[in-house]
Amino acid sequence: MKVNQPMTDVPFIEIEDLYFSRGEHDIFRGVNMTIPQGKVTAIMGPSGTGKTTLLKLIGGQLTPDRGRVLIDGQEVHSLSRKALFALRKRMGMLFQSGALFSDLDVFENVAFPLRVHTDLPDAMIRDLVLLKLQAVGLRGARKLTPAELSGGMARRVALARAVALDPELILYDEPFVGQDPISMGVLVQLIKRLNQALQLTSVVVSHDIKETLSIADYLYLIADGQVVAHGTPQTLDTNQDPRVSQFVHGEPDGPVPFHYPAESFYRDILGHA
Amino acid sequence: MQSKFKQGATQITRLGRKGCDAMEALGRAGVFLGQSAVGIPSREGWRLWLRQMHFVGVLSLAIVLVSGLFIGMVLALQGYTILVDFGAEQALGQMVALSLLRELAPVVAALLFAGRAGSALTAEIGLMKATEQLTSMEMIGVDPLRRVVAPRLWAGFVALPILTVGFSVVGIWGGYLVGVEWLGVFEGSYWSNMQASVSFINDVGNGMIKSLVFAVVVTWIAVFQGYDLVPTSEGISRATTRTVVYSSLAVLGLDFVLTAVMFGGL
Repeated sequence: MKVNQPMTDVPFIEIEDLYFSRGEHDIFRGVNMTIPQGKVTAIMGPSGTGKTTLLKLIGGQLTPDRGRVLIDGQEVHSLSRKALFALRKRMGMLFQSGALFSDLDVFENVAFPLRVHTDLPDAMIRDLVLLKLQAVGLRGARKLTPAELSGGMARRVALARAVALDPELILYDEPFVGQDPISMGVLVQLIKRLNQALQLTSVVVSHDIKETLSIADYLYLIADGQVVAHGTPQTLDTNQDPRVSQFVHGEPDGPVPFHYPAESFYRDILGHA
Repeated sequence: MQSKFKQGATQITRLGRKGCDAMEALGRAGVFLGQSAVGIPSREGWRLWLRQMHFVGVLSLAIVLVSGLFIGMVLALQGYTILVDFGAEQALGQMVALSLLRELAPVVAALLFAGRAGSALTAEIGLMKATEQLTSMEMIGVDPLRRVVAPRLWAGFVALPILTVGFSVVGIWGGYLVGVEWLGVFEGSYWSNMQASVSFINDVGNGMIKSLVFAVVVTWIAVFQGYDLVPTSEGISRATTRTVVYSSLAVLGLDFVLTAVMFGGL
């Protein structure tokens, strides 16, 4: 039964009863989500709760122990390798590190998806790449190599590459981490504008509350391997659940512990642990 | 007594687990080879293959040729000192050519290839994995096995046999320099004995078969170690070492088996 879903929109991604573990450590224990089409959906939660893992499960890079992920009605983990790659042509993903191809310059990185998936002439590819680079403000950096870019610039080039094929779905993995205030503002605007202009479905994984709340239409908050709250930014802001409140208001003390589980500090210091 | 029994059981369990892990890795490597090497390359695939031929082949040329030259020279020098005692120094060309074509060229070229190109392939693919380049390629809808692994595999399969030919030719020339030009063996007997004793099918052909087998094994080990490593700096370092160690042992072990089959009458 799907319990955690916004009821008003056409679903594009459906996550049903998802279980995933790494060794002995359970990362997800029955996650249910519905991500609506054409909206920005944010998945938030403290560090280490498996937000990036969830994106990898959505993209079919990891296989769940139980449950299923459906993208536009197709069950991701039962697709053949060929069908999965065909589905991925309809997606874009912005990696936390940028993950640019180090042997290609900025221009060729953005041109890469166009060259491998289309038969467009070089002149048209050039125009499209310059359009995408102009959108992220890096048209002038097209001849630089990834090693010559700052972290923020690499992220913006990666965004241009992620939207090169005008995908239907974009997955953003921590897009705001390590950005200076100007780049952060630009990225927030870009994500918002891209979503509106291209009618994309966007999934933003982040723990930057202010920025994420400003662009998200719908939010899921995950902790302890489960969805602990979901709703619009307004409903989450006023949510009385202590776990939600602690996260949204950045309180150090609360049900989400700051410390990694350990023996008593007293016993540890005395060497008894 | 009970604790000793428990300890023994633990050791057996550990051994069994290691065996299972090794078999699982072998299975993964087999599937990996099948998925990467089989398929018709596109025009872009040929371009990528040519680029890798430059990387693993052309850039390995210098080390392979220089090694070939010195090995040929040493062979001639050592051979001469033995043959001259029996008054058989005229057979120097035959000895140098057969040693190189049957054994030294395929084996030493493969060992050098593992050290130069194999380790570089592992480190390159490993670094691509560690920096999420392979993952991002997958998410763009491009299969890294076809785009990254296949051109490197095929480049290795083709480049090593060609390098082996170069090694043999330069080695024979090195033997000529030492034997004929320096030690004074008659030039005519150096070449004619070689011509008379070297069989194209048995010696050149078998040497090339060995080289092809080594090419498949070394390149397979190198790219698989890169693709399957733990994506950390330590993981890359360990995988690169594994490539050189496993490749060298596989080449030497297989060389014995192939020699036994080809020349040992098995």
